[in-house]
Amino acid sequence: MTREIKAFEAIREAIDLCMTKDLRVYIMGLGVPDPKGIFGTTVGLQEKYGGLRVSDMPVSENAMTGVAIGSALVGMRPIMTHQRIDFALLAMEQVVNQAANWHYMFGGQMRIPLVIRMIVGRGWGQGPQHSQTLQAWFAHVPGLKVVMPTTPHDFKGLLISSIEDDNPVIFIEHRWLHNLPGHVPEEIYRVPLGQAKIAREGTDLTIAATSYMTLEACTAADRLAEEGVRAEVIDVRTLKPLDKPLLLASVSKTGRLIAVDTGWKTLGFAGEVLACVAEEGWELLKCAPRRLALPDCPTPTSHALAKFYYPRAVDIAAVARSMLGLPARLDQEADLDSTLLDVPDKSFTGPF
Amino acid sequence: MLRIRMIEEKVAQLYSERELRCPVHLSIGQEAVAVGVCAALLPDDIVLSNHRSHAHYLAKGCNLKAMMAEMYGKATGCCGGKGGSMHLVDLSAGLFAAVPIVGSTIPIAVGAALGSVMRGESKVTVAFFGEAATEGGAFHESLNFAALKNLPVVFICENNFYSVYSPLSVRQPEGRELLMLTQGHGIESHQGPGNDVMEVYRLASHAVKKAREGRGPSFLEFRTYRWLEHCGPNYDNHLGYRSECEFQEWKGRCPVATFREDLANLNLLDNQELESMVAQIKAETEEAVEFAKNSPLPEPHLLYEHIYAS
Repeated sequence: MTREIKAFEAIREAIDLCMTKDLRVYIMGLGVPDPKGIFGTTVGLQEKYGGLRVSDMPVSENAMTGVAIGSALVGMRPIMTHQRIDFALLAMEQVVNQAANWHYMFGGQMRIPLVIRMIVGRGWGQGPQHSQTLQAWFAHVPGLKVVMPTTPHDFKGLLISSIEDDNPVIFIEHRWLHNLPGHVPEEIYRVPLGQAKIAREGTDLTIAATSYMTLEACTAADRLAEEGVRAEVIDVRTLKPLDKPLLLASVSKTGRLIAVDTGWKTLGFAGEVLACVAEEGWELLKCAPRRLALPDCPTPTSHALAKFYYPRAVDIAAVARSMLGLPARLDQEADLDSTLLDVPDKSFTGPF
Repeated sequence: MLRIRMIEEKVAQLYSERELRCPVHLSIGQEAVAVGVCAALLPDDIVLSNHRSHAHYLAKGCNLKAMMAEMYGKATGCCGGKGGSMHLVDLSAGLFAAVPIVGSTIPIAVGAALGSVMRGESKVTVAFFGEAATEGGAFHESLNFAALKNLPVVFICENNFYSVYSPLSVRQPEGRELLMLTQGHGIESHQGPGNDVMEVYRLASHAVKKAREGRGPSFLEFRTYRWLEHCGPNYDNHLGYRSECEFQEWKGRCPVATFREDLANLNLLDNQELESMVAQIKAETEEAVEFAKNSPLPEPHLLYEHIYAS
């Protein structure tokens, strides 16, 4: 049975179903059993499964990632949670030198079925150490898988697939997506890793987007549709391994590509999408592919500056028009009040 | 210990042939810690090690041919040629991994202990590391968590006073004993003479028993000495980072020679037995070297194998 729930509830359901099904699955992280339950994603789990399988942890991200790896070696299937990607940086040595490499360098003898949930912050003056979005770093490392769902349906299905995957999976949740409602089946189901999805069908150009930018891309597509432009929006979903066939199939249809990503521009994921298509689909392109990403600048805290930091639907639409040789338009929402752009929606009051 | 010594000496000798093409951090001089600790363990117990892992590997009963072939980069190596000397493994003997990032396997050992507890197993996990690893954050984070959760893990520190060329005096405050740090974390800690295999065994047995009985982690510091250079087959005292005098003093306390003497004095080992042991080890080593040299190199397609587990 399908019903409408929010993304954070879908994430909780995925964890709950997997923990019931497989006694080897356990979850740990700073604040996992606390009253807020990681923005609602772990609420009630400790009461149901006990303190051994649902646990808080010392503020030792580095060693605790090693602990998770060690437990995986003896057969457990750990889920680690970081309330911000920024905090996970303390664990980079274990993630990159160890988790990512072990299956390869030990000749395939060991598996690290580790899921690390990381949350991307945005808005409310959080600034440079609470809103970084480093998927490009993780996707660069061989041996890691990187997943960034957009819809509640995909959050649940991809998390279940990630937990069942025998590789280290970096599961990145954008904070502004946690309260997004969507239709989610009650039962257990999987969305396979490595498969992108067409979020809006179109013929005139392809917008390949990740995470929260998929919403912006869809809004841009709706706006362009009013002008008779049919944009195809691809929700990338898994950054590594990337679904190149679907990407190329779309570009072969439309001939134009915009890549939009939540990260910074230089050496970011949007650039990788462009490179793949340029390399393998050059003859498909009618014009130079474009990307939209954050400027190469740390995240400002003042909402007056943050307004100019994050690319939005208006910016995607403007690039699309220029690629199609259409005249520029002044979009109503180009000059929105900066305080409105600082929160995911008007009703949101936190926590951030 | 004699076996480890002879194998390591053989590796050192072979190195100049330039067929064994990976960095090697030899255990010559430090055999007693590996042997004394592993003698206190069961086959199912788990060991995590570091870059200087050959003694741990051999003392835990891991496969010599697989180790030798791995160092030669052969497909028959313990990692299929993907790891080399710095990443040894033998799951059947309980050596889960050796990795060269200092301190990295310490939290992983704690995790293996946690996992064992979660699975209701009575395994003990041992983490071998040098004194430089105690300077890293991961070490302290690991002790904190092991103490918090009362985990069946034994932390074995081989203090050989040097981290490559850097002496202890530039890395740790003088007069500050490591035991002060580890006891501060709430972990039972002892220090022992690292070149006395029976003392190592005695202290390790106590710690392993404590862990297996669910009474929590222990830290053991053993002072010992590396004879050769940090990485490679040669002596390098001439570089001057340590004195020849200091080296000779430690050489005089050779773990292999002193134990051999002790056994002889107790009439537990005679010359005939010793000669037979030497011959047996020599034959085994030579067979392993032949195996390694004659094994095939990995095929090119294996470059892309095992990036992901499927």
